[in-house]
Amino acid sequence: MTARIGVVTFPGSLDDRDTQRAIRLAGAEPVALWHKDKDLKQVDAVVLCGGFSYGDYLRAGAIARFSPVMETIIEQAKSGMPVLGICNGFQILTEAHLLPGGMLGNDHLHFICRDQKLRVENANTAWTVDYDAGQEINIPLKNMDGRYVADERTLDMLEAEGRVAFRYLDFNPNGSLRDIAGITNEAGNVVGLMPHPEHAVEPLIGTGRTDGLPFFTSILKKLVNV
Amino acid sequence: MSRTPLDTVEHAAATPDVELPWAELGLKKDEYERVVEILGRRPTGAELAMYSVMWSEHCSYKSSKVHLRQFGEKAPQSDALLVGIGENAGVVDVGQGYAVTFKVESHNHPSYVEPYQGAATGVGGIVRDIIAMGARPVAVVDPLRFGAADHPDTKRVLPGVVAGIGGYGNCLGLPNIGGEVVFDACYQGNPLVNAGAIGVMRHEDIHLAKASGPGNKVILYGARTGGDGIGGASILASETFDDAKPSKRPAVQVGDPFQEKLLIECTLEAFAEKLVVGIQDLGAAGLSCATSELASNGSGGMRVTLDDVPLRDSTLSPEEILMSESQERMCAVVEPEKVDRFLEICDKWDVIATVIGEVTDGDRLEIYWHGGKIVDVDPRTVAHEGPVYERPYARPSWQDALQADDANKLARPATSEELKDQVLKLVASPNQASKSWITSQYDHFVQGNTVLAQPEDSGMIRIDEASGLGVAIATDGNGRYAKLDPYAGAQLALSEAYRNVATTGAKPLAVSDCLNFGSPEDPAVMWQFAEAIRGLADACQQLGTPVTGGNVSLYNQTGEAAIHPTPVVAVLGVIDDVARRTPVAFQEEGQLLYLLGDTREEFGGSAWSQVVHDHLGGLPPKVDLERERLLAEILISASRDGMIDSAHDLSDGGLIQAVVESALLGGLGARLIVPDGLDAFTFLLSESAGRAVVAVPRSEELRFNDMCGARGLPVTRIGVVDGDVVEVQGEFTLTLAELREAHEGTIPAILA
Repeated sequence: MTARIGVVTFPGSLDDRDTQRAIRLAGAEPVALWHKDKDLKQVDAVVLCGGFSYGDYLRAGAIARFSPVMETIIEQAKSGMPVLGICNGFQILTEAHLLPGGMLGNDHLHFICRDQKLRVENANTAWTVDYDAGQEINIPLKNMDGRYVADERTLDMLEAEGRVAFRYLDFNPNGSLRDIAGITNEAGNVVGLMPHPEHAVEPLIGTGRTDGLPFFTSILKKLVNV
Repeated sequence: MSRTPLDTVEHAAATPDVELPWAELGLKKDEYERVVEILGRRPTGAELAMYSVMWSEHCSYKSSKVHLRQFGEKAPQSDALLVGIGENAGVVDVGQGYAVTFKVESHNHPSYVEPYQGAATGVGGIVRDIIAMGARPVAVVDPLRFGAADHPDTKRVLPGVVAGIGGYGNCLGLPNIGGEVVFDACYQGNPLVNAGAIGVMRHEDIHLAKASGPGNKVILYGARTGGDGIGGASILASETFDDAKPSKRPAVQVGDPFQEKLLIECTLEAFAEKLVVGIQDLGAAGLSCATSELASNGSGGMRVTLDDVPLRDSTLSPEEILMSESQERMCAVVEPEKVDRFLEICDKWDVIATVIGEVTDGDRLEIYWHGGKIVDVDPRTVAHEGPVYERPYARPSWQDALQADDANKLARPATSEELKDQVLKLVASPNQASKSWITSQYDHFVQGNTVLAQPEDSGMIRIDEASGLGVAIATDGNGRYAKLDPYAGAQLALSEAYRNVATTGAKPLAVSDCLNFGSPEDPAVMWQFAEAIRGLADACQQLGTPVTGGNVSLYNQTGEAAIHPTPVVAVLGVIDDVARRTPVAFQEEGQLLYLLGDTREEFGGSAWSQVVHDHLGGLPPKVDLERERLLAEILISASRDGMIDSAHDLSDGGLIQAVVESALLGGLGARLIVPDGLDAFTFLLSESAGRAVVAVPRSEELRFNDMCGARGLPVTRIGVVDGDVVEVQGEFTLTLAELREAHEGTIPAILA
């Protein structure tokens, strides 16, 4: 038995096929989900991938959050379904209030694409159990609006509860507060991050590393054991 | 408000004496008379709009056509060519049932006026050309030329252009994998913003721009038509109709990459269901171009009802609708029984689609507006039978003096210390410095197939996950060389792009070009143009790489001062298994460095002569196409058989520039020994063509040397990968840290 993992395509999604490939390489079954369709096709988990949903002309993720498919995803995430938001997906998760805080434009005002070093701070979420806490990984980062912000109380709470899942190392590429690259909800089923693990799953391709693959093997392990 | 009567065909025939503003629309008197002769009457306003825009230099190639023919006449026999010059883009067979389409175009003038939108819509246009062939776009490249790096206006133009390319391309989900950035004062008022794209399809999916099958429907889909990019048509409109409407409209189009992304996906879905008979994108000349080209390439005629075109601005006149260059629009020809399904797919992607006409069994293009026939023409006379000029050309009077001003006689460094200082200055100069400040604003990773991206010698994309089949692309063009000798300069551009593709392990297959020159009305410029084409066509013939298409950009000049003649050449290559690709970066300490090819004293047009002496004179490096071919074969074999672990082509900046780049990218230094028979200066800084540096694992040394020896390629051991310095024995040592600071600090310091 393997796990069925949904990947939502919004108009303007860019990394949907890449994410499906990463899921397949990890040994799970990718299932394409459509933004206008509330039906999640009995998937066990969902990935919201990168891109510019609906053009993101208003504010990244602000429109996608109201799409039919998100209604079901928000509801099921609240009852424990694992959801991973990558880049635009992370932005959508904050807009949907499944994760606290929000994203502003990069402090240097440019799009940035680079090989980014991160530290895995929380290896207990549904999407990170195949990492070790404190492990340093390199995966690509590419965004325009990647500056994570939240009020001080929220940031303190995230830190205290171990909910900062990833932190930028060596270089903060966008001015994110406390070098935060990704966070998790309290239950550990909903995780969002700006860098792109789906672009680091094959040797030779992209950065030539496979540091992103454990995201997808983590969820498989989690789901199949359940 | 009163309106003059609609200028129908009937009205035009009845009112032969009405004066039309043909001169304001850019037509010459004899060109207008030719239109009248073709039609046997005066044109209607709408017909005049179509002819004027389709007979413009940009659309008709009227000054360049007589020279461009050589690309066809001298085309080498190539089994790889599936679709050649004349379609939206050429198509090349890359094996395993895959076909690849690629093309480079210019968006120079708009990008100077409005850098962000000019560059953005340049990406949009080339990508639609690729989709129109039936292919999924898989990568873009951007060869760019700007004025002096430290000129204040460069700080306006460059960041806008880069943000525009990134803003549009990143939003389409296309990895940006190559291109160049060159600074030279000659581009100050005329930056060159060229954009290239690659697309992949199966052989059976190739689509062409033709409207055949009477009764088939013509569907316009994508963005609504607005008043952007109209230019001259507004003049016509304001003279013909009431003047109570907005008249000044932006001449540069505004892009919406989100709309284009939807257009890509819905077009590919329609292709997959085999719903499309013929297809054309709307770029320059908008609907005028799409309707006349589709009709003239097909077997019949076409009838279009212009009232059905969805508008962004309901006050647009029919002339404006025909000339509008609103972005993100396509035109498809669909069989009647498949129209519903086509519209359904467009609806799924929230793309507006409208049937605006149908293919007829006649041979006329007829366009109706408010019930009146406003266009009735033979579409071929609009699309293909425009004027052709044999513009006078003459070798410039200053050419001899320029070539006599020999760069080999410039003062050379007298001491090792001076040599070291000049090397450091060279690698930090804007043209030789790292461009990562620019390229990091482009997404390299999207689609998950990027094997190599800039600053590698060529960009490389995997196209089949199972077999590892991939394609590589490199673009090159050295305006300084071409200024010294346009014939050789064009050949050197091809040589370098060809070499760059081979350096990464791919076999060069075909060529696209973007020919950027000054005004064709200047005989000196026309001579440069003619010479460059002759050189490129001859070289393509000899190397067996056909030109599959491209673009000409003329009038890149401010007043009397033309840009350097700048033929930018893109070479596409194929590699059976991307796992065999060769990167630029040094991989492992202890590997042996070999220089392949011959090094002569060649400093004409060199980076050294520019950086150290601000000099341009003499002759460019000697062209040796047979050597390029041999070098390429060796590089490809060595990559396939695992004999080399890294390789870098030698071009501007010479050997030291290449070694420094490989060292910095790999984080490993090198110890170099000046070979017998060469002085250190020539060894490090000459720009002789047909050369590369490779790193060979010790276990492969014998085999590699034997192969080069057997094939007759000169090979010289010049050192070893080692440590954290670049040392030239007996001359100088530079640490990687100081090289990195020099090489990577320049561009951010100027632009950030």
